[in-house]
Amino acid sequence: MASHYEAPIRKPLVVGDKGYHDVSVDIAAPVEGRANKHWWIVFSISLAAFLWGVGCILYTISTGIGTWGLNKTVGWAWDITNFVWWVGIGHAGTLISAVLLLFRQKWRMAINRSAEAMTIFSVVQAGLFPIIHMGRPWLGYWVLPIPNQFGSLWVNFNSPLLWDVFAISTYLSVSLVFWWTGLLPDFAMIRDRAVKPFQKKIYSLLSFGWTGRAKDWQRFEEVSLVLAGLATPLVLSVHTIVSFDFATSVIPGWHTTIFPPYFVAGAIFSGFAMVNTLLIIMRKVCHLEAYITVQHIELMNIVIMLTGSIVGCAYITELFMAWYSGVEYEQYAFLNRATGPYWWAYWSMMTCNVFSPQFMWFKKLRTSIMFSFFISIVVNIGMWFERFVIIVTSLHRDYLPSSWTMFSPTFVDIGIFVGTIGFFFVLFLLYARTFPVIAQAEVKSILKSSGERYKNLRDAGKPLYQINIMADDRSKPVVEKVVVKKPEADLGEKKEEVSALLGAIGVFDASKETADDLKRVKGIGPKMEETLNEIGIYTFAQVSRMTEKEYDLLDSITGSFPGRAQRDDWAGQAEKLNNKK
Amino acid sequence: MASKVIHAYYDDDDVLMHAVKKVKAAKHHIEEVYCPFPVHGLDKAMGLAPTRIAITSFIYGCLGLTVATVMMNYIMIEDWPQDIGGKPSFSYIENMPAFVPIMFELTVFFAAHLMVITFYLRSRLWPFKEAENPDVRTTDDHFVMEVEIHDNENELWDLLRNTGAVEINISEKNSH
Repeated sequence: MASHYEAPIRKPLVVGDKGYHDVSVDIAAPVEGRANKHWWIVFSISLAAFLWGVGCILYTISTGIGTWGLNKTVGWAWDITNFVWWVGIGHAGTLISAVLLLFRQKWRMAINRSAEAMTIFSVVQAGLFPIIHMGRPWLGYWVLPIPNQFGSLWVNFNSPLLWDVFAISTYLSVSLVFWWTGLLPDFAMIRDRAVKPFQKKIYSLLSFGWTGRAKDWQRFEEVSLVLAGLATPLVLSVHTIVSFDFATSVIPGWHTTIFPPYFVAGAIFSGFAMVNTLLIIMRKVCHLEAYITVQHIELMNIVIMLTGSIVGCAYITELFMAWYSGVEYEQYAFLNRATGPYWWAYWSMMTCNVFSPQFMWFKKLRTSIMFSFFISIVVNIGMWFERFVIIVTSLHRDYLPSSWTMFSPTFVDIGIFVGTIGFFFVLFLLYARTFPVIAQAEVKSILKSSGERYKNLRDAGKPLYQINIMADDRSKPVVEKVVVKKPEADLGEKKEEVSALLGAIGVFDASKETADDLKRVKGIGPKMEETLNEIGIYTFAQVSRMTEKEYDLLDSITGSFPGRAQRDDWAGQAEKLNNKK
Repeated sequence: MASKVIHAYYDDDDVLMHAVKKVKAAKHHIEEVYCPFPVHGLDKAMGLAPTRIAITSFIYGCLGLTVATVMMNYIMIEDWPQDIGGKPSFSYIENMPAFVPIMFELTVFFAAHLMVITFYLRSRLWPFKEAENPDVRTTDDHFVMEVEIHDNENELWDLLRNTGAVEINISEKNSH
């Protein structure tokens, strides 16, 4: 098909010799396998942090906001800083899945699933802060315009804080359905691979009975496109409206028209940094290096560099406008930021956000995984400081010098913040073990254009597919009778290996046992079954006795797909199938 | 109603596309094709009508915009008009700039959610729904073409075999 063509100059997005089935195996592997020790360690730490946060939240709600470090001058500090920080991080997911879909960027397919998961989890963290700050969270529904017992007491639709409620809840819910709709075919893939009945049940519930009819796929693609079209202005509106919380006020340093684009660029900046942080770890832990390649990391670094530069321009514009406006209050607010008692926060922000991304101009640095990880952490820290600087330095020296003060967080402030980080990682770690972390259906659809296997075939001038006419076996009975053959001549020269292998796993006795359908083991196709039969392997019991040594023997006999049997865990699968017989 | 269908399995999307074109050219009706991933151009080759789901989304968006306007007009203008910052709210149109964010958000909210609900219902997707794909491999790496049999079993078998199917089955199908 002509649509599979891609310019040879483009580097493969899926490296290695991967076909469609390999994609399924690789992406289902973290879900089907067991969690390793590192996962449990990180999960325990995150859970402990989360529980500490829950404790601090309960203390705040039962005692009052007085447990925080707020005072009458700085009445808004870490809570709103953390809120804006988390909302900002939550921008990358939709940006990757929606904006890059509209621009037809194929590289988004390996990372969109996790980026969207990150979006949803971080917006959940963000949403916690306004709810806790309400003081009486059980009355949170008062932010909704619902008829009530107080007569004509309505919410104020002129208030940016109410716009925020609508923006964030629309964003969270639309991101959630966008994510879930994309997940359906991938849950279905895991459902159809599942061997244990419990897993099968769970994944058929999650996949909503996805069947993959041509009409479903047609609608699926249209829905994805329309959702992307809707989510693109939505994601831009969310941080625009968050910036209105500040920009519509009359506080020097907040009352700026540049805030909406500047906040949106900052949000994309911090979101991509968090995506890099998470994916650099995940590709390693889940063995997804073939899908999340260095090229993906490099492209994200370029976005970080670009948005970091936009943020830098915005900082400078703010300073210029303060000077050019001639408003003394405005001028002092910025002078105080850079040289006042919070100078360290301001210069941390400048270093982390404006200076550090500039290293990404160098190809060597932006293709270095360790350096990318380091910069992503630096950017996350810098963007937290940005919000802290905007919020606290504009408030702590107000119009009345006698009320000037500093803000210092209490252990409760810190505890809630650390708790949300813990909560975020708890959710993400659970996600990484139970969800297909890469949109495998979408990756399969670009495999022929951007996969290394097919690129190599194209470069070699070979066809990407062949139409093979199968044997006409209509006359055969439905239940196939396996005819036991003697090992063939071409295996004769490997007689030693064959006898060593059969010695270890047992010889098939045609008079006592019946042959199993070995094709039921994932990774064994009709061709491989034939080869195994030639060697003398006919039953699940035999396959289940294979260990590493036997796998190696098998590889040396067949010479095809080295390591395949071990990767697919034929022995483990065969044992399950054998027990079920 | 039970009917007999023939299932032809393919392991490559390009082979499938050729097969679909051949089967269509031989004037057979393709009941269904099950795919593990979207195959571009398949719907056209099968002769499926274009989906109208984007149009429903537009209508839902208009509904959202209307709901937002009616709600804010009632709450802010009719039920309890206020004078905020010297800007009395006596007319919706004059006060509209402050209402634009919510008008936008509710438009997107309605367009997105109602479209997705429509999609789920039309494609019969909901929790506890049983999957209907004929073979578990159709979510992995196999494509299955389903053609109904009307006393032409052998003819169909030969046709499908020559299109490069890797497996052909005949089964009874109960339509829901």
